[in-house]
Amino acid sequence: MIGYTVRRLGQGFVVVVIVSFLTFIEAHLLPGNPARAILGPHVSNAQITAFDRANGYNRPLLVQYLEYIDRLVHGNLGFSYQQNQSVAALLGERLPATVILVGLSVAVALLAAIPLAVLQAVRRNRPVDYALTGASFAFYSMPTFWLGLMLIMLLAVKAHVFPAVAPEGGPAQILEDPAGLVLPVLTLALGSIAAFSRYLRSSLLDNLAEDFVRTARAKGASNRIVLYRHVFRNALLPIITLLGLSLPGILSGALITESVFNYPGMGLLYWNSALSQDYPVLLGVTIVVALGTVVGSLIADLLYAAADPRIRYRRQ
Amino acid sequence: MALTRAEAELSTPSAGEITSVGNPFRLALSTLIENKSALAGLVIIVLMAIFSFAGPLFYHTNQISTNLPMSLKPPGAGHPLGTDNEGYDELGRLMLGGQTSLEIGLAAAIVATGIGILYGAISGFAGGIIDGLMMRIVDGLLAIPTLFLLVYLFTVFQASALLMILVIGLVAWLVPARLIRAETLSLRTREYVQAVRAMGGSRRRMVVRHIIPNTIGTIMVNATFQVADAILALASLSFLGLGIPPPAANWGGMLSTGVTYVYAGDWWLIYPPGLAILLVVMAFNMVGDGLRDAFEVRLQRR
Repeated sequence: MIGYTVRRLGQGFVVVVIVSFLTFIEAHLLPGNPARAILGPHVSNAQITAFDRANGYNRPLLVQYLEYIDRLVHGNLGFSYQQNQSVAALLGERLPATVILVGLSVAVALLAAIPLAVLQAVRRNRPVDYALTGASFAFYSMPTFWLGLMLIMLLAVKAHVFPAVAPEGGPAQILEDPAGLVLPVLTLALGSIAAFSRYLRSSLLDNLAEDFVRTARAKGASNRIVLYRHVFRNALLPIITLLGLSLPGILSGALITESVFNYPGMGLLYWNSALSQDYPVLLGVTIVVALGTVVGSLIADLLYAAADPRIRYRRQ
Repeated sequence: MALTRAEAELSTPSAGEITSVGNPFRLALSTLIENKSALAGLVIIVLMAIFSFAGPLFYHTNQISTNLPMSLKPPGAGHPLGTDNEGYDELGRLMLGGQTSLEIGLAAAIVATGIGILYGAISGFAGGIIDGLMMRIVDGLLAIPTLFLLVYLFTVFQASALLMILVIGLVAWLVPARLIRAETLSLRTREYVQAVRAMGGSRRRMVVRHIIPNTIGTIMVNATFQVADAILALASLSFLGLGIPPPAANWGGMLSTGVTYVYAGDWWLIYPPGLAILLVVMAFNMVGDGLRDAFEVRLQRR
């Protein structure tokens, strides 16, 4: 386990370095020079020179990159001149809301997907299975923003069951108003339910065909024991990896969901900054999101290896 | 269709026997005809293409200049699907949006698949440190959620159809690269590839003539999913207001107009474009699933 952990951490570190390099390149994609892009069109040459000197843009690229890394390591994600606030402070306000949204959606998705997949695997190739497969196919292909709009249309405008606009303010206010959370969480969760249950169904079916199932049946174990004691555990393990792998997709979905419901999270911050061309915020959010996914998949891999010894030894 | 294990073993050739692997394109075609869901997907795609490209020849609408007095009319005579906030006929706009979606989706998928094949084949063939580094670069890019990357790029650059194709393609090549690399790793040790080396064939010949053609199944399956993803990405970007600017039409952009009027209950701005995206994306996914089943069966047979 230690060997695997060290190797996986080393890989993770290389990926982090590459991510930092990519965001650094992103910053230098800006048209003209960063000063003009960040300060706006109405700046004097003197201001540009001062900005370049203050931010080190007059130095060689390699030095700039190392300085960028140095700032990141010290938690300095840049400064939004438009909002006159550090990006770290802006993120500090918005990140908890996104964590609530994503966390709740993933929890709902898992709670719904597991029983659905078991039902499908047990009733394989029966009408229930076909209906659920069809439904999950539709939700899997459905654009998040349309799903959100339909839910608003049906559950907020036609039947006034849930509010269409997410609660304002910080995490405390959001949690105080659970009704406002329902539609955003549902929008984000439905797509994941489809993806997770599709995956789980085939994982369950693969395990049902294994030799250990035949052995268990031969010993006279009941269907229930076979399913829950033997198949279920083996089929559920890959979910850990699946969660790690779906994190970037879920975050993309959160960006859309937050913009549909005006939900005050990181995705909405990112979108609003894109529309107002607030580049420091875009770059700061990007690196945080990317580091989040790298760390997420790292944790998923390590948990999986801890849970399933076969993984640790496979590639040695 | 799936073979039982015994059947698969019976049909596995013993050493030295020459078997025909079959033309992968013919296999793909026969799958599409035999597999009901894949066939349905193919039919939807063809119908959508006819609707989008041939529709405007019979159903003439003005999709260039706005017509504000005729804005936000519910479906009725003259406008079967009503009009949007600028007075464009919704049905005609749906056709125009279909053209953009299908064209950009297909082209972006080709770009993504092309880059992915080359990158994956080189990485897998090279092996060792080069392979490790090339794959960590893929990991790094995959860590940035696609939509975040696309939103950033289209904030920096003004969107145009060509740029959309290039950027969506340049962002989407990562998954095919991984898949092709994995196949290359196993293919490069095969006897017929080693035989090329023994006969003095160049490394380029091994990759281009022997390894890549044998990954054609994976390529076709993934390319189909790529089209679905590209259409979704295009729609999402347009929905977020970062797509190709008007008067160009796009299903995602039509829906972003619909958001403003959802509280007024203007359903005709929301159901049709959303359904169009859903149908096309689902159709490509269905075809992709069918092809995957077909090629996995073929792999069992080998």
